[in-house]
Amino acid sequence: MMTTTLPVMMPAMAEIFLAAAGMALLMYGVFTQRDGQSEGTAWGTIVAMLVAAGLVIIYGGPVAGEPAFYGQFATGHFTQFAKVLILVGAAVAVWMSVRYMRAESSNRFEFPVLVLFATIGMLVMVSANDLIALYMGIELQSLSLYVIASIRRDSLRATEAGLKYFVLGAVSSGMLLYACSLIYGFSGTTQFAGLATVLTGEATPLGLIVGLVFLISGLAFKISAVPFHMWTPDVYEGAPTPVTALFAVAPKIAAVCLILRTMMGPFGGLIADWQQVITLISIASMVLGAIAAIQQTNLKRLMAYSSIGHMGFALVGVAAGNQAGAQAVLIYMAIYLFMNVGTFAVILSMRKEGRYVENIADLAGLNKSHPLMALAMLIFMFSMAGIPPLAGFFSKWYVFFAAIEAGLFGLAVIGVLASVVGAFYYIRIIKVMYFDEAEAPLDSKISREMRIIMGFTAVVSLLFFILPAPVVDQAAAAAQTLFTN
Amino acid sequence: MTVQDALPGLLQEYLPILIFLMIAIGLAVVMAFGSMIIGPSRPDSEKLSAYECGFEAFNDSRGQFDVRFYLVAILFIIFDLEVAFLFPWAVSLSDVGLFGFWSMVLFLGVLTIGFIYEWKKGALEWE
Repeated sequence: MMTTTLPVMMPAMAEIFLAAAGMALLMYGVFTQRDGQSEGTAWGTIVAMLVAAGLVIIYGGPVAGEPAFYGQFATGHFTQFAKVLILVGAAVAVWMSVRYMRAESSNRFEFPVLVLFATIGMLVMVSANDLIALYMGIELQSLSLYVIASIRRDSLRATEAGLKYFVLGAVSSGMLLYACSLIYGFSGTTQFAGLATVLTGEATPLGLIVGLVFLISGLAFKISAVPFHMWTPDVYEGAPTPVTALFAVAPKIAAVCLILRTMMGPFGGLIADWQQVITLISIASMVLGAIAAIQQTNLKRLMAYSSIGHMGFALVGVAAGNQAGAQAVLIYMAIYLFMNVGTFAVILSMRKEGRYVENIADLAGLNKSHPLMALAMLIFMFSMAGIPPLAGFFSKWYVFFAAIEAGLFGLAVIGVLASVVGAFYYIRIIKVMYFDEAEAPLDSKISREMRIIMGFTAVVSLLFFILPAPVVDQAAAAAQTLFTN
Repeated sequence: MTVQDALPGLLQEYLPILIFLMIAIGLAVVMAFGSMIIGPSRPDSEKLSAYECGFEAFNDSRGQFDVRFYLVAILFIIFDLEVAFLFPWAVSLSDVGLFGFWSMVLFLGVLTIGFIYEWKKGALEWE
């Protein structure tokens, strides 16, 4: 007997469209693009991502009636907020890569397509409402990112970065799978909704706690939180700079939102168990991010430690475990996206005699040769350090406020102290730019797209306090959906 | 008294397996010893050395090797797994319905895109 009962698919329209677009672009690339030509697929990818962002806004909202894909796929304000951030971050990373890849003669039309596939994985991660869907999203994302990390396969450092990322990522995936099997074994379901009803926090079996800790460990790998951060500096340094820019924003946003959803949703009843684990990871990340970055000379390595620290601050909001915490994390990730994209636009504009450079010392004398770029970098660095009234101050303010509301005073105090220590290395960059003499100045020409990105992100970081409502209100609405069902 | 009467009821059901085992062992013994007795034997060093995917069995691990073996193996595994998915799908087609049918067609379509890609990239050509 043939029956045709299609699942509800419209809420996943953006993902379905992106998958189709990815395959179409792959075919377009393999039939028309010669070696060393990737503009066609790059622009196609950017357009597809922006269209997908529109589809997320139109179709990805809350569903009345039957949930999508038999309840495997969750949508709502929360996923909309996260997905738009991810799509914007990925699209900008591809945009920044076009000129770089051409100049470094590592042009491959597969690169934008792989970014597209990784992005689909991130969107599935954010929407996953089942342990199987969660794992599938993570693997689609990770497998694409492993290849992207070593896209310059003739470069020794890029292949090392890719291999390290792959081996450690495979370990974390194994931990995740082990966690999923333990959780399934002790609760009897893989669905988030089912887990939420089973896990009430009373008489929780020990095996389930073990599974939960493994799950947190596997996810902490993906956001490079201490003590699972070892791969980050090497991968950030070895990968091509636009790839590093992608790694620093899109997968981080996806994984943080996934942690937020799993902890608040299915494991909401076990908050007493996971709160201490998240708190520990958060403190370790903040402290290591602040201290280890001090002695770095390479900007990309510095950004790696900076992102480890930022993930620690974002986890403060997760540890709070309340609605204010969820809202704070979303605001944090939105502001983090702008600051990071801007900083990487500056790094991608650092060239000497046509070659890309990436050391902090190369920034010396930037104030004299490129006053506007130095000003933009000044804004990004002060913002990351959390100096008021820049955007980065507010992102930290929200997470600490949420932690205090949840009674985690110690965590908030350590966070503030770590942010003070971290301010040192951000301000050191400013000192190099404004007070050190340059041996050889950077090339004067800065491409148009970098000027646009730098200008826009700098204005957002600078003037966030005048008009915070769009981000804050959206984040509030998104956070509310986590706690209403 | 027949064989059926001599065995208790439960074991009777396993009688075909016993017969199968005896035939299989007998056949294997006959073939192994038969080839040993009547087969020609002219060994040389190439025949006696172990064969492992075109490599020396024991060698310096830092030596260069041809990556094409791996490429073929990886491409093989993809389409091997495709067949492994097709078997249970074909058996349960009446239960999974049209949705199951079109899901698999979609899956095959995605694999075909990958196949076209690898073909155009020249991954299937040895030289």
